[in-house]
Amino acid sequence: MNINYYITSNVTLTNNVVYRRERPVFENRSADLPAFLLSVYQYLETSYPKFYKMDNLSKLGWLATEVLLKDTDIKQYQPEDIGLVLSNANASLDSDQRYMQSVADIPSPALFVYTLPNIMIGEICIRNNFKGEDAFFIFEKFDARFIAQYVTDLLASNVLQTCICGWVDVLNDEYKAVLFLIEKTKKEQAIPFLASNLNAIFDNLIIDKI
Amino acid sequence: MRNENIYQSIMPAVYVVADNIYSPIGTTTAQNFERIKQGISGIQKHKNKAVSDTDFYASLFNYNENDNFKKFNVSKFEALLIASVQDTLKDAEVEVAGDKTILIISSTKGNISMMDINADDPHLQEKIALHTSAKIVARHFGFINQPLVVSNACISGIMAIITGMRLLQSGKYETAVVVGADEISKFVLSGFQSFQAISEVPCKPFDQNRTGITLGEGAAAVILSTNQKYAGRIKVLGGAVSNDANHISAPSRTGKELSGAIERTLAMSGLVADDVDLISAHGTATNYNDEMEAKAIALANLDTVPANSLKGYYGHTLGAAGLIESVISIQSLKQNLIIPTLGFETIGVSDPINICTQLTPKRMKTCLKTASGFGGCNAAILFSK
Repeated sequence: MNINYYITSNVTLTNNVVYRRERPVFENRSADLPAFLLSVYQYLETSYPKFYKMDNLSKLGWLATEVLLKDTDIKQYQPEDIGLVLSNANASLDSDQRYMQSVADIPSPALFVYTLPNIMIGEICIRNNFKGEDAFFIFEKFDARFIAQYVTDLLASNVLQTCICGWVDVLNDEYKAVLFLIEKTKKEQAIPFLASNLNAIFDNLIIDKI
Repeated sequence: MRNENIYQSIMPAVYVVADNIYSPIGTTTAQNFERIKQGISGIQKHKNKAVSDTDFYASLFNYNENDNFKKFNVSKFEALLIASVQDTLKDAEVEVAGDKTILIISSTKGNISMMDINADDPHLQEKIALHTSAKIVARHFGFINQPLVVSNACISGIMAIITGMRLLQSGKYETAVVVGADEISKFVLSGFQSFQAISEVPCKPFDQNRTGITLGEGAAAVILSTNQKYAGRIKVLGGAVSNDANHISAPSRTGKELSGAIERTLAMSGLVADDVDLISAHGTATNYNDEMEAKAIALANLDTVPANSLKGYYGHTLGAAGLIESVISIQSLKQNLIIPTLGFETIGVSDPINICTQLTPKRMKTCLKTASGFGGCNAAILFSK
């Protein structure tokens, strides 16, 4: 199968910097993770009260998606044609620890609900009315080859027409989110949807756009 | 509607060549099926202060069995995965170390019980990581490809089979060993208790007096293959996943999204609603799930098709549920026998779907298996002779 799809947008949140298409668009150097996430939310100048009750993993994935989809024509797609294929190493362990602390006192349903990694996908779907296929995979390290192959298959078989894919991981103070918007048609600034390009963006290397 | 029949016709068939259920009811598929046919359930009342301050109903392995797990020198969760895979490998020629073979693991919480028991272990985070368990299981059998781990709430088991089907149809692999497991710990039980979601009696799926779920532990595995030498075995014809985009812990109000996943599954399989002979529903016995599921089944024009929920036997086994219930469905197809819905007496959902209440012989060709979970996710998969 020789099919060409495109990375039409990408976003990285790491080390207190937000990168859109590999260029820094926001930074807040001195903040801890909760403060950094709040400052990105404020930078977006949006109002979404549900944001405040999310756990750090959902906040990170939700914010990354907001930046990823800015000025894209994602709304042209039917809700059922938009999917999410996300991955990370630590599932929801960051929130699992918080929930377990509450168990000693009174188990908190508000914390328990975030003890599954795909709740982040649910939050993104609720925000954007995405109703297509979703999936959450656990890898020790970001597996660009798997993501490229799996998402290409979903697009080629028309299960999806567009897909948000990538990595969103949080554990204590460590975090990294790298998301890609994959579309079937080439757009301005698009780069080929190849594992090598996913890896280059993930590792924050300069992509040769020619 | 896109022409997905063409998609089906150009894709290689995916056969189910071996399966296992390792549960408190039995340790092989045959034993499990024989016992649930007799109405035997794994659900019992438990007094265990280490897990819950109050008595609770659940389907759990007994203490002797728990000792048995220790001999593997791995965690109970990993031992469950290993035991289930081991049994399936007896019935299939699988080139475990071949580069065309992949191991796929499904779980919601993996080794989370270590948080209750070994909270001071300095390597706790690494041990709890699902990829660590996956590596241990892969090494135990000698799989050379990196195992794939699916963790997508209560649809994980079905999603793992759908993922296996896709990876095989892409041609990258010829054999997929798909296994799922979860154990019941204080972490999981206290969470569902905090949601007021646990039934005080064994769960009653789709019943008017249902009051919530009963949890269970266990494992199940299937081996999928595209090798033509297995032609004639049960096939996985299609599967689909959707999201409600409605609420993170409550299902869709209309059932439209699960219904969409069902319709997509049928279209992929080249079938219509009339072709479905049996529905193995999720049927958790919470008010909202069963109501939504009944709406989705009715929306998909499947309200007259015999349907069951197996939660009255196994409880809700979380990441193993989709696999355990798929294996029972496959056995139902092979034996032309529908398992009744234990715990169900009087229909208690607004769309009167056809809940099966007796052991029913019926010549069947196809079975639709569905599930839904937190995060608004839904999945459907179709098995066929």
